[in-house]
Amino acid sequence: MKKKWLWNALSILFLVIGLVVWIILPWYGVAAVAVALGLWLMLTRTGRLALAAARIGIASLPQRWGASSVIIVGIAGVVGVLVAMLAMGEGFSATLQQTGSDDTAIILRGGSQAETNSVIMRNQVPLIGTLPGIRKDAAGKPILSPELSQVVNLPTASSGEDANAQFRGVSEAAWAIRPQIKIIEGRKFNVGVRELVVGQGAKGQYRGLEIGKQVKLGNQSWTVVGVFASGDAHDSELWTDIETLASAYDRRAYQSVTAGVNGKAGFTELKNAMASDPRLKLDVSTTRDYYTKQSTGLTKLIKILGTVIGGIMAIGAIFGALNTMYAAVAGRAREIATMRAIGFRGTPVVMAVMLETMLLALLGGLLGGFIAWAVFNGYSVATLGANFSQVVFQFKVSPELLWSGLKWALGIGLIGGLFPALRAARLPVTEALRAA
Amino acid sequence: MKYFSLIWSALFRSKTRTFLTLLSVIAAFLLFGLLDSVRVAFNSGGSVAGADRLVVASRLSITQMLPYSLTPQIAATPGVKKSAYAAWFGGIYRDPKNFFPNFSVSENYFELYPEFVIKPEELKAWQTERTGAMVGESLAKRNGWKIGDTIPLQATIFPQKDGSNAWPLKMSGTFKLNDSKRKGEENQLVFHWKYFDEANQYTNGMVGWYIVKLDNVDHATRVAKAIDAISQNSDHETKSQTEQAFQQSFAKQFADIGLIVTAIMAAVFFTLLLLTGNTMSQAVRDRIPELAVLKTLGFTNGTVLTLVLVESVLLIVLGGVIGMGLAAVIIPVLSAASGGLLNLPNIPVETWTLGLSLMLAIGIVVGALPALRAMRLKIVDALAGR
Repeated sequence: MKKKWLWNALSILFLVIGLVVWIILPWYGVAAVAVALGLWLMLTRTGRLALAAARIGIASLPQRWGASSVIIVGIAGVVGVLVAMLAMGEGFSATLQQTGSDDTAIILRGGSQAETNSVIMRNQVPLIGTLPGIRKDAAGKPILSPELSQVVNLPTASSGEDANAQFRGVSEAAWAIRPQIKIIEGRKFNVGVRELVVGQGAKGQYRGLEIGKQVKLGNQSWTVVGVFASGDAHDSELWTDIETLASAYDRRAYQSVTAGVNGKAGFTELKNAMASDPRLKLDVSTTRDYYTKQSTGLTKLIKILGTVIGGIMAIGAIFGALNTMYAAVAGRAREIATMRAIGFRGTPVVMAVMLETMLLALLGGLLGGFIAWAVFNGYSVATLGANFSQVVFQFKVSPELLWSGLKWALGIGLIGGLFPALRAARLPVTEALRAA
Repeated sequence: MKYFSLIWSALFRSKTRTFLTLLSVIAAFLLFGLLDSVRVAFNSGGSVAGADRLVVASRLSITQMLPYSLTPQIAATPGVKKSAYAAWFGGIYRDPKNFFPNFSVSENYFELYPEFVIKPEELKAWQTERTGAMVGESLAKRNGWKIGDTIPLQATIFPQKDGSNAWPLKMSGTFKLNDSKRKGEENQLVFHWKYFDEANQYTNGMVGWYIVKLDNVDHATRVAKAIDAISQNSDHETKSQTEQAFQQSFAKQFADIGLIVTAIMAAVFFTLLLLTGNTMSQAVRDRIPELAVLKTLGFTNGTVLTLVLVESVLLIVLGGVIGMGLAAVIIPVLSAASGGLLNLPNIPVETWTLGLSLMLAIGIVVGALPALRAMRLKIVDALAGR
């Protein structure tokens, strides 16, 4: 009796260590484990015995479909929810990270953190243009775009309730600074008239943004003349000419200046020059830093939430798997006892039950991952971003996420199979043969 | 009731199986309790207390401010008992990560929020101190601020007239909320709008939003319309809605929590159905001879059916109640650990009712087939093991 306790305690200890290692194991580590296992199964005598024993178990699986499907569906549920949640976080951070680049810089008033909070005086813009590090165009003019962003209320397409949209006023250089933005329908807005172009995300998110329609913003009527695609956070925005926007909203100052810089070195040059000019109390960061910073908080929150929810579900699934496998071992007690009686030793029996559980877990993981991918990949949602306005983004079910989902599935299978496997190996042979 | 001990011992006939199933049920309902509380919290906009207050904000956009000159007109609108105003400040304390809401308010602001408990002498001290600030108790505790301390708030939107971002405020007192569901509101700081208006560089005579206390809750729509009519066709059109609706519209923009929770719970309960269904059919299969003996002793078909059904309902309700009880224990701990950032209410009655009906429904659904099988047993066949 005492010995059994010791054994159980030991196996739990091994399990904890094994799981920790399993979670931090990179893909090539997993590949190495898989290859080692395969070689062991093929080449050694015990391995071959284990494989033979596992084959018997797996062959009888169809008779136990009801019970086995508990493992598959349970694990598919965990993996599906986990992958979907993480895909949401990944999609959000990918959208914001793509928005920025290392060779453009955004300049804001010192201490303002986000565009909405910032103010840049008109007389500061020519000063900024003279700073070193900023790229020049063919005519030798610095490439920089003073911008204004106004949060406006627009009815959402789904419910018609008001949501905050970002209405950005840009200058001509904005298109050169963000070469990823392309007009996909209609044309660009004209300067001096109340015309605007909408991002493809915004077009889907809000009502009445089709080309040719009139939108009422800031008590003025604007005509939608085009749709642009950028594949990043700008997709959620409405764009117009900066001076038109400034006059419509009576804004005398700008909010931010986005500038092209000459790579990393140019940025450092610009940053130093700005810090040493007492007339400019401004903050400058690369747009990549700026947008990445906006995504970290929410991405982290989603990651924690997803892991906690997945964790609780995994605990439930583990008990389900344990239950099923205990029942499977009990149901096949005679068979297992016979195998033991004819000379199968402990290890092959343990391995056989484990392999069976892992196979079911793998199926569950694949099923869950597939469902998450089929339903959610590219699924479009919106949330409030750092500028008090909606950011439209897509769920992104990446191969890495599917891979970590599979790792979770196999981890659950490992715990769910180990204890029933140990029981199978310890089954008293004579009693089991006599029973039933 | 007289068969309770029979059902109970049937339930624990196979201890391992029952315990493992119970643990799965517990995990499922723990998750349900947590998630559904979040959903209810989001959809009800935090509290019912705001039903007799209107928030009047710009119709154009949340960042647009309104002129202070609307004050007398709003106060004179029939149906308005009292009105106050506030303006978002958005300052940070040391690091942007220490975010907490902070805004400037009119002197009578707290009169509209009688649920904020303040010591009269502290309120008085605040009203006479130009740079005074009132701080929620949790926020003060977390940052170790004491009355009389200077809080070096850094502006992100509104610098002082000289361009500096430093807004040192003097802490005059604290406020607290007795309702445990609203403890999160202690995570804010307010100071004088007058000081804000005089000292900031950009705005003059502008407020962020008005708060209006109604004479009668039933008149909310009428009063809201009357207030919005004041500024119609101007460049500062307003949108008045109850405080509840205002908070809800904000929460909804973050995410469709309802949809996410429903999707997750659908996956969880589908799995649970399969899992417990499997357990129950195993339990009945193992017990066929025993059930036959019961029938031989004179138990009717109906009684046997009920026995099995009650057993399955009991299994789910037992696990479900333990799970939701666990959630009820965890939620306050979570809220406390997050220092007021995450503010979850205790499990609302709505969630308990929904949870209990789900437990009953799942129990009956998974028990139905095994129970029917038990009912239809032929004594002779069952005893002979056929």
